Amino acid sequence: MLANQIGYYSLTTGLLFSFVLCFVSIKDFNNNNKIINQNVFALSFLQLIFVIISFLSLILSFINSDFSNETVFNNSHTTKPLFYKISGTWGNHEGSLLLWLLVLTLFIFLFLIKSAQQPKKYRILTLLFQQIIIIGFFLFVLMTSNPFNYLFPTPNEGLGLNPILQDPALAIHPPILYLGYVGSSIIFSASLAAVMQNYISKEWGQHIKKWVLISWIFLSIGIMLGSIWAYYELGWGGFWFWDPVENVSLMPWFTLTALLHCILVLERREALTSWVVILSITTFTLSMCGTFLVRSGMLNSVHTFANDPARGIFILIFLFVLISLSLGIFFFFHKENNKVSKNFFWLSKETSILINNWFMMYFLSVVLIGTVYPIFLDVVSAEKISVGPPFYQKLITPFLVPFLLFMAFGPKLKWIKSKIENKNSLFIFFIISVVLIFFILKNLTTDLLFYTTLISAAFFLFFITSKELFFQKSNNTSQTVAHFGFSLLILSILFNGFLSSEITTNIKVGERYDYEKIEIFFEKIEEEKKSNFISIIGYFKITDEDGKIVQLKPELRIYNQPKIITSEADIKTTLLEDKFLVMNIVKGDEYFNIRYQVKPFMLWIWISVLIISFGGLMTLFKKNNEK
Amino acid sequence: MYGKKVKLRFFFLVLILLSVILSVFLILQSLKENVIYFQSPSEIKSLVELDKKKIRVGGMVKEQSININSNEIKFIITDYKNEINVTYSGAVPNLFSEGKGVVAEGFLKDKNYFLATKILAKHDENYMPPEVNKAIGGK
Repeated sequence: MLANQIGYYSLTTGLLFSFVLCFVSIKDFNNNNKIINQNVFALSFLQLIFVIISFLSLILSFINSDFSNETVFNNSHTTKPLFYKISGTWGNHEGSLLLWLLVLTLFIFLFLIKSAQQPKKYRILTLLFQQIIIIGFFLFVLMTSNPFNYLFPTPNEGLGLNPILQDPALAIHPPILYLGYVGSSIIFSASLAAVMQNYISKEWGQHIKKWVLISWIFLSIGIMLGSIWAYYELGWGGFWFWDPVENVSLMPWFTLTALLHCILVLERREALTSWVVILSITTFTLSMCGTFLVRSGMLNSVHTFANDPARGIFILIFLFVLISLSLGIFFFFHKENNKVSKNFFWLSKETSILINNWFMMYFLSVVLIGTVYPIFLDVVSAEKISVGPPFYQKLITPFLVPFLLFMAFGPKLKWIKSKIENKNSLFIFFIISVVLIFFILKNLTTDLLFYTTLISAAFFLFFITSKELFFQKSNNTSQTVAHFGFSLLILSILFNGFLSSEITTNIKVGERYDYEKIEIFFEKIEEEKKSNFISIIGYFKITDEDGKIVQLKPELRIYNQPKIITSEADIKTTLLEDKFLVMNIVKGDEYFNIRYQVKPFMLWIWISVLIISFGGLMTLFKKNNEK
Repeated sequence: MYGKKVKLRFFFLVLILLSVILSVFLILQSLKENVIYFQSPSEIKSLVELDKKKIRVGGMVKEQSININSNEIKFIITDYKNEINVTYSGAVPNLFSEGKGVVAEGFLKDKNYFLATKILAKHDENYMPPEVNKAIGGK
C-alpha cells in the first residue's frame, strides 16, 4: 500500500525534475561559464534517485504480493517463487516501461559525469534532447500505463505471471536488451547535439564510440538471451524463428553494427559525417519502432501481453515528433565539412567499411520489409498474410558469401590507400577452404555448389582470423576476435542446419518407438507437486545409432495460476551436440506427443555470440593510442 | 573530356543505383513467393479454385474432435459456421487442446481436408491471434 504511494509520487517527482532540469540547463547554456552548473548534476542525480525509488517500490509491491496494485494483481501470485516475483516486475508492460525510464535516466547521468572533456554546450544540448525523450516516456507511463494503479476492494489473489516467462534467462533478458535499446538513445541525443554545435569530428567520434560499443554489446547479449530462451522454452528446438518480435530487435543491431564501423572512419579521417548522424537517428528510431510494434499489440507474439490502442497511438505520435525533430535539426544545422577530401581510394579500409555498411543496409531492408509488409497489407487490404523463414533465408544467405569474404580481407587493408599483401597466403587459404568444404558437403546437401561457396567463405574468414589471432601479433585484436566470432557463428548455424535431425511421434507410457537405428523407450511418468505448479516428469531412454544410451527427462508443468501447461525440454548439452527432447499432452493422458532432436554445434552458436561481444568489450577497454 | 574524379563518382553512383534496384527487385520477388495467406474455414469453403501454395488456417479446435494414434493427430478446425478436417503429424504446442484457438500451416487437399505441416504455438491461454478472432466473427 505504502510502497505503492511512494512509487507513484516519486515517479511524478521525477517528471517535475525533468522540467526543472530543462529550465536550469537552458539558463546555463547561455551562461559564459566554461563548466556546467553543479546544479545540473545534482538534479540529474536526484531524478535518477527518484526513478530508482519508484522502481524499487514496485519491486517491493511484487515481493509483498500487494494486490491493491493493479500491475501486481495482473502479473503475480502468492505461490510464485521469490525470484519470479522480482523478475515479474519487468515481465509486464507497465513495469518494463518503468525500466526503460530507469535506464534512460541512468544513462544520461552517466553521460554527464563521463563527458567532462567535451564542450559544455554540446553536453547541455545532449542533456536537453535526452530530457525530451525522458519526458515523453514519463508521460507515456503516467498517462497510459501507470504501474501504480490502485485496486479496491483489494483482491485476495493475483492472476499470476504467464508461466513461460517464469524462467531464469527471461528474467535477465529484458534488462540487458533494454540497456542496448535505451543506450542508443544517448547516441541519438548526442549526435543531434553534435550536429547543432557542428561538433561531428574526430574527437566526437572517439567519445561517442564508447557509447555505441556499450549499447552494441548489451544488444547482442540481450538478443542472444532471448534466443536461448526461445530455444529451450518454446519447444521447437530452433533458436531463431524470424518472428516479427525477434526481427525488431535485430534491426537496430544492424544499424548499430554499421554505425560501429562508420565511427572508425569518422575517428580516423573525419569523413562520412552525415552518414554517422543518419545511422544514429535510425538506430534509436528503430528501437522506438520496436517498442511501438511490440507494445501496441500489432504483432502477434509472446511479448503481446495486453493490447491497448491508446498506447500505440501515444508511441506513434511521440515517434513522429522525435523523427521530425531530428530530421529538422539534421537539415537545418548539418554542415558538410569540406576541409578533408572525401574521395576514397577504391582499395582502402574506408571503402571496405562502406561495403560493410551497404550489406548492413541491405540486411536491414530485407528484415524491415519482411516484418512491416504483412502489417501494411493488413491495413490496406485486410488480407492476412505472414512471411516465413524461407523469405529471409533466400534473401540473406546468398549475400553472406561476399560479406564474409570482405570481412576477411577488409581489415587487412590500410587507411587511405592500400594494396593487397600476402596474396599467396590468402589464395592458399581460400583454395583449402573450398576443397575441404566440397568434400564435407558432398553427401549432405542438394544445393552443393551454393553451400560449398558459402561455407568456404565462412571458413576462409575463420582461417584468416584465427591465423591472426594465434600466430601473428595483430594490432587490432578486438576486431579480429569479433570477426572470428562471426565466422564461428555462421559456421555453427550452417552446420547446425545441415546436421540436425528430429523424430516426432505420439507415444504411450511403456512403449518403444524405433526410427532407423534410434530407439526411444518411454519408461514411466512421475508426478510431483511444486509451490505453484504440478510437475509431470517423463523418463525416456534413447538409444542412438552407436548404441549409446541417453536418459532424458522432459517435464510438463501444470501451473495453478494462470492455468497453463508448459513443457520444459530436457537438453543434454555437449561440446559437439545437443540432444533435445520435449513432450506434450494432446488429449487425455494416454498419448504423449514427443519431439526428439539432435542438434550439433548448438553450444557454439551461443559461444560465438559471446566471442563477438567480447571483441566489442576489448575495444571498450582499449587505450586510444592504438593504430 | 571529364575528369577522372567525375567519372569515378558517376560510376559509383550508377553502382549504388543498380544495387538498390537489384535488391528491391529481389526482395519483392521473393516476398511474392514466400508469403503465406491466412484463411478461415468459411473462406476456404467459398474458394473457387484450390490454392496449391502453403496457407494457414485458423479457428477453434472443435470439441470432441481430436483423434490421436501413434503417428498422427486428426482434428477439426471450426469457425462456428464451417469446419475443416485436419491431419497432422509432428509436434504440437502446449496450448493445443479442444475448444481453444489454433493456427495450422500446411496444404489444402480439398475443401474439407487440410494437411498440416506445422501447428503454431501460442503463449497465453487468453490470448487469441487477431486472425482467429476475426475468423470466428470477433468478440
